[in-house]
Amino acid sequence: MLLEVRDLQVEFRTRDGVAKAVNGVSYGVDAGETLAVLGESGSGKSVTAQAVMGILDIPPGRITGGEILFQGRDLLKLKEDERRKVRGAEMAMIFQDALSSLNPVLSVGDQLGEMFVVHRGMSKKDARAKAVDLMERVRIPAARERVKDYPHQFSGGMRQRIMIAMALALEPALIIADEPTTALDVTVQAQVMDLLAELQREYNMGLILITHDLGVVADVADKIAVMYAGRIVESAPVHDIYKVPAHPYTKGLLESIPRLDQKGQELYAIKGLPPNLMNIPPGCAFNPRCPLAQDVCRTDEPPLHEVDENRRSACHFWRECMNG
Amino acid sequence: MPEQHESEGVVSSAGMGGAMDLAVSEAETLERTPGGPEGTGPAGKPRSLWSDAWRDLRRNPVFIISGLVILFLVVISLWPSLIASGNPLKCDLAKAQEGSQPGHPFGYDGQGCDVYTRTVYGTRISISVGVLATAGIALLGSVLGGLAGYFSGGYDSLMSRITDIFFAIPVVLGGLVLLSVVTSNTIWPVIGFMVLLGWTQVYRIARGAVIIAKQNDYVQAARALGASDSRILLRHIAPNAVAPVIVVATIALGTYIALEATLSYLGVGLKPPTVSWGIDISAASPYIRNAPHMLLWPAGALAVTVLAFIMLGDAVRDALDPKLR
Repeated sequence: MLLEVRDLQVEFRTRDGVAKAVNGVSYGVDAGETLAVLGESGSGKSVTAQAVMGILDIPPGRITGGEILFQGRDLLKLKEDERRKVRGAEMAMIFQDALSSLNPVLSVGDQLGEMFVVHRGMSKKDARAKAVDLMERVRIPAARERVKDYPHQFSGGMRQRIMIAMALALEPALIIADEPTTALDVTVQAQVMDLLAELQREYNMGLILITHDLGVVADVADKIAVMYAGRIVESAPVHDIYKVPAHPYTKGLLESIPRLDQKGQELYAIKGLPPNLMNIPPGCAFNPRCPLAQDVCRTDEPPLHEVDENRRSACHFWRECMNG
Repeated sequence: MPEQHESEGVVSSAGMGGAMDLAVSEAETLERTPGGPEGTGPAGKPRSLWSDAWRDLRRNPVFIISGLVILFLVVISLWPSLIASGNPLKCDLAKAQEGSQPGHPFGYDGQGCDVYTRTVYGTRISISVGVLATAGIALLGSVLGGLAGYFSGGYDSLMSRITDIFFAIPVVLGGLVLLSVVTSNTIWPVIGFMVLLGWTQVYRIARGAVIIAKQNDYVQAARALGASDSRILLRHIAPNAVAPVIVVATIALGTYIALEATLSYLGVGLKPPTVSWGIDISAASPYIRNAPHMLLWPAGALAVTVLAFIMLGDAVRDALDPKLR
């Protein structure tokens, strides 16, 4: 396994109390494999990714337990300067909003070249040539001229390509993409996603795709982990989950996608709001919103049941859920 | 934006289907920057914050006027003999307090020195004290403030309490106490005192600017790509936090020139035979009724200089702060 997160726990200490953002998340991804992590805002999907990258703001954040095994090493046991050598070179991240993720006062060539200067100790001139190469690889037209341009001179899709180029620069083994297409036009989304998937195949990288867009997931992911209130509530190969969800939350998510054959009907929405992370309900965190909830859901936290060999569901009633 | 979609060359028909298997032409058909020239200068050259600010400044009459005044002041402080042929220390007591006369347009002061020559030579002291003191506070304040803002935590709390203490010291009173024990007759004690009491002003601005800049996503992105703290601070944060420091420093420059005059007036700043507007104002003030010209010219030069720097600071702020544009 390229990356294996085991029982990760992250909390944020704030003035109002302790917010438990990640409560025992485990997932793994192999080389060449795409894992989609799905969940609402505040479900802990981005915090988990930040912990893996080592860019969590500490304080207020704190990793209170678990392991992050990357190529066999536990990243949480590395010193900060060793960790820094891993970041960017062996694992890289693509952020949601490329405009704000690029420094407005540096040209894109400088920012792309920085990867080579920092990690490879290249000269500025060589780094600039590499930057042009990278821009061509992510198919930015007239790369040689545009390498001197500033981020605001590119369109949204182009900027996201530059972010992808930056992440790919040193050919890392793992890429974490945090909602890479959310800030883009629907039409450009697919192009950027296709490019990412293609480059992933080419370099045989592991890809963790963090998203709340089920549409993006279906096309590119091999397996899915659905997160709710800092836990993984269901994990499964992508086709199984679309066919028959084994958790009422997954089911709710799938039913709330607009479909062409439901024209004229009211769109389904999961009732209620995600829980306050400072005050997660006892038992199953989803129970106040769950149509299948029974008394046991309000008292006992469901374990991750083994639905089949590759599939887990944290629901007491996963069988009922799968049977409709 | 329909034009944009068109130029992106993508078919979008199916709306928000469940799975996004839309008939999207492969990524070969690339989206282009909408409208090409938008965001590029007339010559098609990339534009940065600084070149934008420069373009704004060049069109601003306040900047042009204050800039020309300052340029003039800098030139005559470097080469005062360009416009004043006399010697500011060559005085003739017989001519004390005499008014304007041919060859001596500003008249003579209480010691019989030529006011015009002394006013011209006084520029050098004022400008060099202002520039050096400002450079000192800008350097010290932005380094300490930048580190406090970036690392926060204990260092920040400690430094911020220390700046509170400095803020509590009244500048003129502090000057009277500290500088009255100094015997050296150079500009350095005055500059040192100004830096000592002045750095906190820049410290606060720099700390705040760094705290704002470090929250930007690109700082996290740089960290995720493996950049070190020093690299993030120097390359990604500093250029985005330097603008308010420049603005504050430019405005402060004028006030430090005035402060030098104040301290010299009070007798704790520079001392004769140094030629300084503050000293001349101080010497002239008892005779304000009999010979107002002795006070008028150095005081006028001081006012114009301070005003020019404050106007320049205003113009620079307008150009650098996009929210005011």
